[in-house]
Amino acid sequence: MAKPSTSDYTVAVPEGLELDRTGRLELYYFMALNRKLEERLGLLYRQNKVVGGLYSSLGQEACSVGTAYALGHGDFLAPMIRNLGSLLVRGVRPTDVMAQYCARAIGPTRGKDLNVHFGWVERGLIAPISVVGALIPVMAGIALEMKMHGKKNIVLTYIGDGGMSTTDFHEGMNFAGVHKLPMILVVENNLWAYSTHVSKQANVKDLAVRAEGYGCYGEIVDGNNVLAVLDATRRARARCLSGGGPVMLEAKTFRRKGHAEHDDAGYVPAAERAEWEKKDPIDAYRRFLIDRRIVDSPDEIDEIDAKIVAILEAAADEALSAPFPDPSIATENVYG
Amino acid sequence: MPVTTYIDAIKEGIWEEMEKDERVFILGEDVGIYGGAFKVTKGMLDKFGPMRVIDTPISESAIVGAAIGAALVGMRPVAEMQFIDFISCAFDQIVNFAAKCRYRWGAGVPIVVRGPSGGGVHGGPFHSQNPEAYFFNVPGLKIVCPSTAYDAKGLIKAAIRDPDPVLYFEHKFLYRRIKEDLPTEDFVVPIGKAAIRRQGEDLSIITYGAMVYKALEAAEALAGMGIDVEVLDLRSILPLDEEAILATAKKTSKVIVLHEATLTGGPGGEVVARIAEKAFEYLDGPIVRIAPPDTPVPYSPPLEEAFLPQTMDIVEKAKKLAAY
Ligand SMILES: Cc1ncc(C[n+]2csc(CCOP(=O)(O)OP(=O)(O)O)c2C)c(N)n1
Ligand SMILES: [Mg+2]
Repeated sequence: MAKPSTSDYTVAVPEGLELDRTGRLELYYFMALNRKLEERLGLLYRQNKVVGGLYSSLGQEACSVGTAYALGHGDFLAPMIRNLGSLLVRGVRPTDVMAQYCARAIGPTRGKDLNVHFGWVERGLIAPISVVGALIPVMAGIALEMKMHGKKNIVLTYIGDGGMSTTDFHEGMNFAGVHKLPMILVVENNLWAYSTHVSKQANVKDLAVRAEGYGCYGEIVDGNNVLAVLDATRRARARCLSGGGPVMLEAKTFRRKGHAEHDDAGYVPAAERAEWEKKDPIDAYRRFLIDRRIVDSPDEIDEIDAKIVAILEAAADEALSAPFPDPSIATENVYG
Repeated sequence: MPVTTYIDAIKEGIWEEMEKDERVFILGEDVGIYGGAFKVTKGMLDKFGPMRVIDTPISESAIVGAAIGAALVGMRPVAEMQFIDFISCAFDQIVNFAAKCRYRWGAGVPIVVRGPSGGGVHGGPFHSQNPEAYFFNVPGLKIVCPSTAYDAKGLIKAAIRDPDPVLYFEHKFLYRRIKEDLPTEDFVVPIGKAAIRRQGEDLSIITYGAMVYKALEAAEALAGMGIDVEVLDLRSILPLDEEAILATAKKTSKVIVLHEATLTGGPGGEVVARIAEKAFEYLDGPIVRIAPPDTPVPYSPPLEEAFLPQTMDIVEKAKKLAAY
């Protein structure tokens, strides 16, 4: 049960957004699944079951879910560390995520890599590497193939306000711009890159202005409003499909936890944090569903929450009952 | 007497050089208010101010490039890579710019590029690497890999004072596990000089970094079996201390070369080649290399344990070599 909220932040409905009731509820489902899965991972972390670091997207769930939900069959997506929600929308199972974090043999990389570093080409999911920015040129390459073969598809990936400072960001974006590739780059501006404020990453207020330098369309969207994110991504996708070239979508949001679980983020001003806590994307969306009578009663949402808890308990059981990988696989699969 | 950890030794070394020499400054990601991901630069912002402790954008190429530029006009920059794995993003600046300036046009580039390397902490493929081999083939660079707190401090000071680009690869596994009393007076550890960590007669293990401790553990175990092992800690990879390498090879006639960088193309191959070329007639057995297999560094504990050389692997191979 969500606590009653005192916030007056509301979910504005984008004009002309087409989304049926099932869709509206699915957005809630994926955002809540995103959050509760991370909470469950937090528990596993404190129980020393997570082997490496743990990263949270608390407060940014609308960015992941809204963008991924706009994609179509055959589109490609590549997540960054805070895009667990995107993976869930694209069909990744919580068990996969838990087994991966807990380094188990049934994890998608069988224990070879960590967190969201996994993918399946045949499912349109590209595994990131830790090096921020590196995905952008790679996704441009996938978009290039789509263009070469006249496919009616697009690629979508993410970059942080910090990751935008890399060479790969520049080269990848420029390449995509020059070749008018069907690529959406979601810039998740959560104001912080580890302990570094966005003002020390970029000498501009809005990161979306950079789009112009690459001959791309840039747009700013409220990253805490899942409907606005969905709508902006859908329009970006349509633009890509009509040959309009890449789109840079700056989602304004905020990283509510530290860089990772070990970081208490003491460097973030308390007032800034408090301001953003009032704009919780899930609380706001829940109120939207109730106020607009998309659900008959709050009980309906509670039922979704309860269903999620059950799914996650089963997933945790499955992940934790799986063995660690056999050492013999350490040397497998270096080459095809 | 205060006991100094390996990580504090690095910090003290930088701190003292900054106090002594105004040209020395730090740049890197989150090195200021946060004090660095591992806290190597903790407190330095307060002490030296934001002009000398510079938080940068996530731009490794610009971090190293700007360090090079400042160094060309007289500064002594110390650039931090948050994890050494990301040094790949600065590869061009290091291997093409920094390394080749002096040779081409006589301009010295006194920079230090440092950062946490190495595995054993379940960091996965991108937070565990030992990148020394990537740079080993680049004339113009120097590479150091300290294993003790004393060397960590002495080598960072030597690196800062050195007239050429020095890559300083600290081992994150050792950060808080290794400590010792350090002299209060100023000292440096010369770049290019190895150190004998254990004297022995029967067999030599030539190694560096965190593997020094595995070698010493193995040597202890082997001592109980009547095999007297010498352990040579290279400390510097580039240049190699050829004299010390040949001396230990000639002394014991049996050599194991051990490192945490993966096997093929690792620095060990060069050590083996020097011995084969210059001390062949002294050898009483094949030179043995021990290193991780040619794979990325895996994440899951059983996989990482299988990947990293373990004390028992060393003991087994040493027993065989001793009996050869
Ligand atoms: C090239 C590179 N340098 C450094 C790092 C270490 N690092 C990991 S995440 C991070 C901060 C990223 O900030 P941002 O891009 O804003 O993403 P956020 O964490 O806010 O989602 C840093 C410095 C890295 N992963 N890649
Ligand atoms: Mg950020």
